[in-house]
Amino acid sequence: MTTTQPQTEAPTPPEPPRGRAPLTWRQRLGRWDVKLSPYLYISPFWIVFALVGLFPIVYTAVISFQDWDLVRNTGTFTGFDNFAFVLQDREFWLSLRNTFSIFLLSSVPQIIVATFIAAMLDKNIRAKTFWRMGVLLPYVVAPVAVALIFSNMFGDKYGLINSLLNDIGIDSIRWHVDVIPSHVAIATMVNFRWTGYNALILLAAMQAIPRDLYEAAAIDGAGTMRRFFSVTLPQIRPTMIFVIITSTIGGLQIFDEPRMYDTNGRGGSNHQWETITLYLYNMGWGEFNFGRAAAVAWILFLIIVAFGLLNFAITRRFIAGETAAQPKKPKQVTK
Amino acid sequence: MTAIANPLKRKKAGASAVATMRPGWFVYASLAVFLIASVFPFYWSFLIASGDRYTINDPNMSWWPGGNFLANAATVIDNPAVNFWKALSNSIIVSTTMAVSTVVLSTLAGYAFAKLRFKGSNALLIGVVATMAVPVQLGVVPLYILMQKFGWTGSIGAVIIPGLVTAFGVFWMTQYISQSLPTELIEAARVDGCSMIRTFWHVGLPAARPAAAMLFLFTFVTSWNNFMWPYIVLDSTNPTLPVSLSILQANYFVDYSLVLAGVLLATVPLLLLFMFAGRQLVSGIMAGAVKG
Repeated sequence: MTTTQPQTEAPTPPEPPRGRAPLTWRQRLGRWDVKLSPYLYISPFWIVFALVGLFPIVYTAVISFQDWDLVRNTGTFTGFDNFAFVLQDREFWLSLRNTFSIFLLSSVPQIIVATFIAAMLDKNIRAKTFWRMGVLLPYVVAPVAVALIFSNMFGDKYGLINSLLNDIGIDSIRWHVDVIPSHVAIATMVNFRWTGYNALILLAAMQAIPRDLYEAAAIDGAGTMRRFFSVTLPQIRPTMIFVIITSTIGGLQIFDEPRMYDTNGRGGSNHQWETITLYLYNMGWGEFNFGRAAAVAWILFLIIVAFGLLNFAITRRFIAGETAAQPKKPKQVTK
Repeated sequence: MTAIANPLKRKKAGASAVATMRPGWFVYASLAVFLIASVFPFYWSFLIASGDRYTINDPNMSWWPGGNFLANAATVIDNPAVNFWKALSNSIIVSTTMAVSTVVLSTLAGYAFAKLRFKGSNALLIGVVATMAVPVQLGVVPLYILMQKFGWTGSIGAVIIPGLVTAFGVFWMTQYISQSLPTELIEAARVDGCSMIRTFWHVGLPAARPAAAMLFLFTFVTSWNNFMWPYIVLDSTNPTLPVSLSILQANYFVDYSLVLAGVLLATVPLLLLFMFAGRQLVSGIMAGAVKG
């Protein structure tokens, strides 16, 4: 912007007009104040990031190529050995499978239910604040607490879910033994905590839809269902994609729930519900092999980046050329 | 016909028959089912936690709470392995420090990004946004080695320091301040002779207050519930509440009445917070909050 009109900038300093005294100490201080303050204000963030973000990322890469000695706190270079080990480890592929399975079981139903609840909240209901708060309640409870409650309800022998199933004549399900049931139980915990939260985000998007669109649709003879599918859904698509992306990033890193699902916390006797992050933890603090744990961290990071790019591509395809409702994250506007 | 009868009922222009219609029973029924599903697990925990160790195995378990909750809670609190008071005070210190520091540092940085001109501001802001995509797990191994070198493992400082300020916080405050604070106000303060930091203190900070309050709440809840890193870096003698819950589970596998009593004890502080600030959390999320 400023480059388009350089001539207006001309009169300001480079050389002070003749006859005027040089800048006083105070004026100089004021100038430094203007110049340096912004950097000073953003420096805490960058210092913290350098310490706990940048340094660990770089150092993880270094460690992942080493056989790390925990006693001496140094490593010896071993090339790609750690990566080779992890990629040949059956446990790694099982945990990758589990992570995706739990992720799908949690995100798909979650987004469908959240959209439905958001649509209900978007109606002209009484006691709006009450319902909105009620929907958000599970969000404030720690995942660890949620996991303990649900692993009890999904107990194999005396759990509530199995007794209810028995009551209606269905055999008990071995929630802590079989692969898919354990994934369903863990996905239920995730859904319990996040569905209401996502419903509120989608509700915000729905409320931004101009009401005369519904009016026009109604005049054209569209019923409730038709209005939902032809007006609401297309209008909230950007927000929907945003919700999907955040739940992908969160879902691929799931740790608390599978860790607390049984007392051993190692993801089941046959790795039935071990996730990648749990595998990383077991590698690092179960077997104390930091080199391999670092390799797992990098592989996880690459998976997340790949998913991010995939999401980005899909997002662009969906949003391109649309004048739909505002996305939740408007691009930064600097002067 | 309702369109003619109703125009005064809603303030919004363009309100219509579709928008003003009171919904039918189906809407309330769906919401009620969802609400019950949200609350029921807590009630179930209370049923178990107010019984004894045999309640969970009892096929004729009552749907009415028993009278043992306080006794169970006391057992949990008195158990030295669980370290309940230590965990509670640690959680309060950790969450409060992280929330206050995140709010102050994010507001400062957000103010600079939104309202001050400096070289490289655009690139630096993009850098901030990019760091949001970096997963926490990526850095745990070296972070642990680092903390070990400093001798901080086992102390809550090791939990607090990585959370002093977050990229999300900076981004959130930048968005808010750039929209809500008129640049003229800053210029006026500068003309009146305020230094940069005084301008921030007297103009920037007050304008950012609503967003800062929401950031405080979200950071508090997130750090209160944070598990993986504290679990790695702390030990059982100096835990936070989620870490002590994991110890509790390992100790009392057979007695779920005690485990769930502990779960409820650890959840009460956040439920209290929710009662007082739930409305703000709702509007924070609806104002475009992202998962922190």
